[in-house]
Amino acid sequence: MFSNLPLFPEQASTIAKDIDLLFAFILIVALFFSVLIATLVVSFAIRYRRRSDDDVPEDVHGLLALEITWSLIPFGIAMVMFVWGASIFMSLSRPPDNALDVYVVGKQWMWKLQHMEGRQEINELHVPVGQPVKLTLTSEDVIHSFYVPAFRIKMDAVPGRYTYTWFEATKPGTYHLFCAEYCGTQHSGMIGWVHVMERAQYQTWLAQGGMETTALAPAAAGEKLFAGMGCATCHRQASGALGPALAGLAGKSVELEGGRNVVADEGYLRESILDPRAKIVAGYRPVMPTFQGLVSEEQLLQLIQYIKRLGSADQDAGSAIAPEAEVVE
Amino acid sequence: MTSIPAPRTPNPEPRRAHYLNVSYGVRSWLLTTDHKRIALLYLTSITLMFLIGSLFAVLIRLELLTPAGDLVQSDTYNKLFTMHGIVMVFFFLIPSIPAVFGNFLVPMMIGARDLAFPRLNLLSWYIYMVGAVFTLWVIFSGGVDTGWTFYTPFSTTAATTKVIPAALGIFITGFSSILTGLNFIVTIHRMRAPGLTWFRLPLFIWAHYATSVIMILGTPVIAITVLLVGLERGFHLGIFDPALGGDPILFQHLFWFYSHPAVYIMILPSMGVVSEVITCFSRKRIFGYSFIAVSSLAIAFFGFLVWGHHMFVSSQSVYAAMIFSVLSFAVAIPSAVKVFNWTATLYGGSVRLDAPMLYALGFIGLFTIGGLTGLFLATLGVDVHVHDTYFIVAHFHYIMVGGALMGYLAALHFWWPKITGRLYPEMWARIAAAIVFIGFNLTFFPQFVLGYLGMPRRYHVYPDEFQVLNVMSSAGATILGIGYLLPLIYLIWSMRYGTIALGNPWRATGLEWQTSSPPPTENFDHTPLVTEDAYAYGSREAHVI
Amino acid sequence: MSSDTSFLVAHHFDDAEQQHEASTLGMWLFLVTEIMFFGGLFTAYVVYRTAFADAFAHASHHLDITLGATNTAVLIGSSLTMALAVHAAQVGNKRGLQLFLFLTIVLGSIFLGIKAIEYAHKFHEGHVPGPFFLWEGPEAGNAELFFSLYFGMTGLHALHMVIGISILAILLVQANRGWYGPLYFTPVEITGLYWHFVDIVWIFLFPLLYLIGRH
Repeated sequence: MFSNLPLFPEQASTIAKDIDLLFAFILIVALFFSVLIATLVVSFAIRYRRRSDDDVPEDVHGLLALEITWSLIPFGIAMVMFVWGASIFMSLSRPPDNALDVYVVGKQWMWKLQHMEGRQEINELHVPVGQPVKLTLTSEDVIHSFYVPAFRIKMDAVPGRYTYTWFEATKPGTYHLFCAEYCGTQHSGMIGWVHVMERAQYQTWLAQGGMETTALAPAAAGEKLFAGMGCATCHRQASGALGPALAGLAGKSVELEGGRNVVADEGYLRESILDPRAKIVAGYRPVMPTFQGLVSEEQLLQLIQYIKRLGSADQDAGSAIAPEAEVVE
Repeated sequence: MTSIPAPRTPNPEPRRAHYLNVSYGVRSWLLTTDHKRIALLYLTSITLMFLIGSLFAVLIRLELLTPAGDLVQSDTYNKLFTMHGIVMVFFFLIPSIPAVFGNFLVPMMIGARDLAFPRLNLLSWYIYMVGAVFTLWVIFSGGVDTGWTFYTPFSTTAATTKVIPAALGIFITGFSSILTGLNFIVTIHRMRAPGLTWFRLPLFIWAHYATSVIMILGTPVIAITVLLVGLERGFHLGIFDPALGGDPILFQHLFWFYSHPAVYIMILPSMGVVSEVITCFSRKRIFGYSFIAVSSLAIAFFGFLVWGHHMFVSSQSVYAAMIFSVLSFAVAIPSAVKVFNWTATLYGGSVRLDAPMLYALGFIGLFTIGGLTGLFLATLGVDVHVHDTYFIVAHFHYIMVGGALMGYLAALHFWWPKITGRLYPEMWARIAAAIVFIGFNLTFFPQFVLGYLGMPRRYHVYPDEFQVLNVMSSAGATILGIGYLLPLIYLIWSMRYGTIALGNPWRATGLEWQTSSPPPTENFDHTPLVTEDAYAYGSREAHVI
Repeated sequence: MSSDTSFLVAHHFDDAEQQHEASTLGMWLFLVTEIMFFGGLFTAYVVYRTAFADAFAHASHHLDITLGATNTAVLIGSSLTMALAVHAAQVGNKRGLQLFLFLTIVLGSIFLGIKAIEYAHKFHEGHVPGPFFLWEGPEAGNAELFFSLYFGMTGLHALHMVIGISILAILLVQANRGWYGPLYFTPVEITGLYWHFVDIVWIFLFPLLYLIGRH
């Protein structure tokens, strides 16, 4: 309904309609109260204008019932806005299980996007229509923010951690991508496009490859790193192994020394590689060396993607490595 | 007695001694401990800083006339919006009403001869000046480009500009704020005239009391935060550095813990002014006195609990975000209560639209819009879309410029006769008020639309489709600028050529009006004795709360 | 009030009692601002200690607990002498006031001297954060965070000690000139408040920084 008005960006995601509807509700409330106050102020200023310097107005200066009414009614309306907004926000924080993963790394001053099947993009993101896409974001340097107005989504990319958001595009087309957290000289140049395509088109695009044809799928690249950096030495499926086995680990609950439990999500995996002493798995000694400074953000994502595939149904045991494999920088 | 009509030549100095003519010379001003003179020292300094901050705004709006970055380079543009923010927030908005009108009026309104600590008051001004000169040096020797928000790790690692001196300038100036707040609190607690109980105080005093509480609780936190940024940058004390395990988001928590209450420092005093002006120009006791008084305290309290609403998309947990959202709605209610009470004060009153009243009514309109747009931002789902866009820029300019600055102009006009002993030219003042109101809306309303359309803030270049609205905004800014220049001209003119004012040209209640204009150094000939409530305009008792 | 002490009451106050109450309230409010000022650092400390408990414990063990404990005793002693100074002023004991102010200055200076020794140790061991930070062990980053907070918090505290000692020195000069007695001792009293506050900050700093994980 709103997409033809020049006041709203296109609605190109499932959440865009919800947000615009809530926006319209708040707008109506805001308009109502602005017009109400403006009308009252103007009409009182006219109706009660001073007619003589000896005017003595009636000393009406308080009414408890009025105070309570105009405190509670706005509060009630505000609570409606709160609940409505919170429920949208909740759903924004819960990507559906069938979401496609895309990893996003922001750096001054570009966006690097990695599809799990292998394609990488810079400042562009191709996605299929009608398919939830989950973005895992991080930054190599300062805080950036990934913003697609047509989808009504925005999430900061913070160095040192992963953040997440998701969307489901509803309309094929090309939409603005902006960096929305000031990040230095080229902040306003850190922009790009999101291309939403029909599914078949997307599959074709995915298979084509483009200039990065020779790139490995992240999981395969991660497998090479896992072997090349010596991870397999300790992380083996054997008793007496120095490190816990990683098959099927991703997403599970892990018991730590001291009794605490954590979920092995991407943030946990990343931290374990960069700061192994932070959380020690119960029953293991803190002997893992740190790889801080030895792996880039992309390589971390590749390792994580590999670990996620280990022990899961669609694990490719190394057979999908393309001949001219390049470890992606 | 009628006022003396303005002669063609400047008046000879009146023989009555008052605070302006009791002594002459630079030393008598730079070493004064008279709160009224200190207020004027501040008036001069902050006017200068406002002009500098406005200059940056002019350059920004000029650049944004076209989508391309063709006026200045990106680095320069980034410095422009950074320094516009720093100067306007720390050197204009935060001190503005408290440092000028608070200093001048708080002792007078409570029947005291001065603030509790006059020498500390002078020190406050000197600290402000040191901070200001320091910051001006930063500006003219290369500038800083981190945004006034100094987010890490950009400010601690990536920025290549004068971050440490800028942080130091803000650090120093913070102490001016702290000392002013401390002075006000002690004065209001300990130096009220006999009979002046808390609930007989003018609402201007309540507003400044609440503001002072925020000043002393919040400012030290920004002080330590910018100090940490400086230490991290200068000595590599890595508190916010992810490579050491540090958390850049911790900076945001510390920064916004002050900077959100800071916006209440900026608006509460204006609200106090509006209460004074509305009641005087309706010649009626204010509606809902206790509710307005307590709402100031409520705003101060809740204001400390909502800082996380600046960080909804910074990766905080959903549950933390919900708590901050609900509290952000809560903090809006006391402000709404004030607006309703002011409107109700007009009902049945005897309203005259002198310039102070025009500004006060303009405040009500623009603050209402600005505050209502805050509802969009408190709403989690919507904020995701509009955060860090021009919607936010429009929101805070509506409150800071449409609200706080209008309140400041209302105060300037309302108490001008008291401060200078002269009347300003009413016709020009009304024209200027209208120009400001129109220019302001033309400048900032299009920015709401720009924001929802998706234009991010702090953008030097922007996509072509945003140009029309940007041109509208820049055109409005020109009109707004004219509106601000007019008072500068006619107020200065009036200091020499304005009609001489009597003690109480507005026939207002309030102790400050019961003494001469300009007042004597000791404010009152005898300590007043207070026997009735504030704003005792009406002589017939009606509904009492 | 008897007229020969009216010169002690500033012109804008009604009487000495109002002046005294104003000054005391002013100092209490200032101490509230100091709590907020240190509070930012304490917040950062709590956040990071929770996140990196082990690293912080290891780093903490590299602090000299003997020197720290000695300093704690010295500072508590100085609070005692400060309280005695205030009392001496209250009862008009000029010699006592001079003595106790002097002792407080001495004890405060001993505290700073011991702190200087500790800092020198840290410098030699390479535990000063920054480009010359050396850490033999894992979690060097987290250890560097600990030491950043250590130097930040104790450094800020030491700065407050320096300011306090300077004020005490001025008070001593004024006490020598006979400024203080039962009718007027407000500056001594409010400096006492400030000094006790600085002491209390150390009472929190010492266990938080020095005593992590020690039994």
